[in-house]
Amino acid sequence: MGDPMKIKAALMDGVTEVKVLMRHPMETGLRKDESGALVPAWFITEVTATHVDRVVLRAQFGTSVARNPYLAFRFKGGQPGDRITVSWVDSKGDRRSDEATIG
Amino acid sequence: MRRGRCTAARTRALAVALVVLGGGALAPVALQAADPAPDARFKQLLQQDFRPRGGAGMDRLEQDPVQKICTETHDRPPAGPREALQKEQLEAIRWPADGHFLGDWRAGEKVAQDGRGMTWSDLPGAVSGGGCYGCHQISPQEIAFGTIGPSLLQLGRKRGASPQMQRYVYGHIYDAKAYNLCSTMPRFGFSGALTEQQIKDLVALLLDPDSPVNRP
Amino acid sequence: MAEVTGARAGAATHKALGVGRAARAIAAAWPWVAAILLWSGADTAMAAGGASDPVDAAIARYHEMLDEGNPAELDEMRGEQLWKTAAGPAHASLEGCDLGRGPGVVKGAYAELPRLFADTGRVQDLESRLITCMTGLQGIPESEIVAKPFSTDSARSDIEALVAYVAGQSRGVTMRVPVHDAKEKGAYALGERLFFYRAGPYDFSCASCHSSNGSRIRLQELPNLSTTAGAQRAYTSWPAYRVSQGLFRSFQWRLYDCFRQQRFPEPVYASDATIALTMFIAANANGAVYNGPGIKR
Repeated sequence: MGDPMKIKAALMDGVTEVKVLMRHPMETGLRKDESGALVPAWFITEVTATHVDRVVLRAQFGTSVARNPYLAFRFKGGQPGDRITVSWVDSKGDRRSDEATIG
Repeated sequence: MRRGRCTAARTRALAVALVVLGGGALAPVALQAADPAPDARFKQLLQQDFRPRGGAGMDRLEQDPVQKICTETHDRPPAGPREALQKEQLEAIRWPADGHFLGDWRAGEKVAQDGRGMTWSDLPGAVSGGGCYGCHQISPQEIAFGTIGPSLLQLGRKRGASPQMQRYVYGHIYDAKAYNLCSTMPRFGFSGALTEQQIKDLVALLLDPDSPVNRP
Repeated sequence: MAEVTGARAGAATHKALGVGRAARAIAAAWPWVAAILLWSGADTAMAAGGASDPVDAAIARYHEMLDEGNPAELDEMRGEQLWKTAAGPAHASLEGCDLGRGPGVVKGAYAELPRLFADTGRVQDLESRLITCMTGLQGIPESEIVAKPFSTDSARSDIEALVAYVAGQSRGVTMRVPVHDAKEKGAYALGERLFFYRAGPYDFSCASCHSSNGSRIRLQELPNLSTTAGAQRAYTSWPAYRVSQGLFRSFQWRLYDCFRQQRFPEPVYASDATIALTMFIAANANGAVYNGPGIKR
């Protein structure tokens, strides 16, 4: 199980903005360590966000996304107190899922 | 029995002398004592709170006369000592035996770009760069340049590439302190950071008419 | 349907591939900087100072883009966990640790460090004080803590996470480092002296780079740490997440890496020399509002 994410969700004028900070090495497989050896690829492949029970975002991440990815997105609707769930899967099959409520 | 005034004064003087002389050795370690920073305590701080690593030994913390006077005067030394030390630095420059100063500007650009060398994370004896772009604008194509030193763009075009100018530039890179005692610029030849050939290549980068530095 | 409003491409990723929707945001800044400088032509030489304005503007825009989603917040979370979790042979948390505002008071503590501590009789910065608490309250041997105080890709440092947490708890607090006691004044004086001490094969002191206004090394701005304005800007941006390293870095790390580039021998971690230097810079920054861990290239 991956490291905890930090999720913030705020409602303004009928639009909910969600900001997510994920902890992940996001290794491209092209980087070399101090000894000159290639660091194996290891990165988040898919991110899903749901509002209560409805999927509002599905993203395919890859090697161009930074270490410790930051993602922000908006969707119409949402009410204070509603549950937002963000989940990711990575190239090793590891998973992480965290929740937040709309503030 | 009443003490004579002379004896009392001598005793006081002796006590003061003991405190001053013995203070360095007997004072609690550096930072944590209450009085302002005298030399001995500062030296103790350097000795105890640094350690050698890789090619960076403790001898590096000993100041030579140039470093000492520039430190003490915050880079504004009085004229007399300044002239004398500059002269000494100039005399210490090892000029190329063949009397030539112009190398290959392409190699010079590589030296100017490379900021490695002489740190504790560099292998001792490995080839160093000059790190010139850290402080200077040089070739127009390189936009990632520093502004600590003056721009060297068009240097050859502006000042010409006479033998005297070549010698001046060579000398300046070898030992900038020979021309400006408290210059921020490292003494690349004097310290052994750069080889004679590397410095010649830098002279070419700056003065050769074909170098991108000087193209119209 | 969701609209994506922000994402970040890492420096290494961007260099390695140079493509990708996220990478374009950062890459976008550089071509127009190059265009402006090349267009300036020969006059760039004379206006090297003036030409720094479009470059400075581009750098500022890069910083703006970085500000959202600072991974340092994840280190703050981890640090808070470590603060509150029992650990070490004594099986105790750090909740009894006195950072200068009383045992367990974390809020506002970073804005008043370094300072003199009565229990140790020493002027201490945050990292030195964390060592005091980790050894004193938790029984963790000091040698273990100082063996590897800085994170690497494979091994994360606990003390760096604790620094993130404590620093974050001074967000919005005005800096008020005390320089009242003779020992605090002594530390400031020693720090100032070390700041101006030129040595090593390159004749560098801290002042070589950090005692003038408006200069930069390559494209990195160099704050003038000997002045209030410069120290305020610089000190309040540390500790920080370094994008190029993908790691959170403390002020002790910053001093350590500066000394490395100065071609000095290695400073002892959380030693009096490093505390003195921190005291000099932090006290110079007094009056500034600390805005919590920063994010840098």
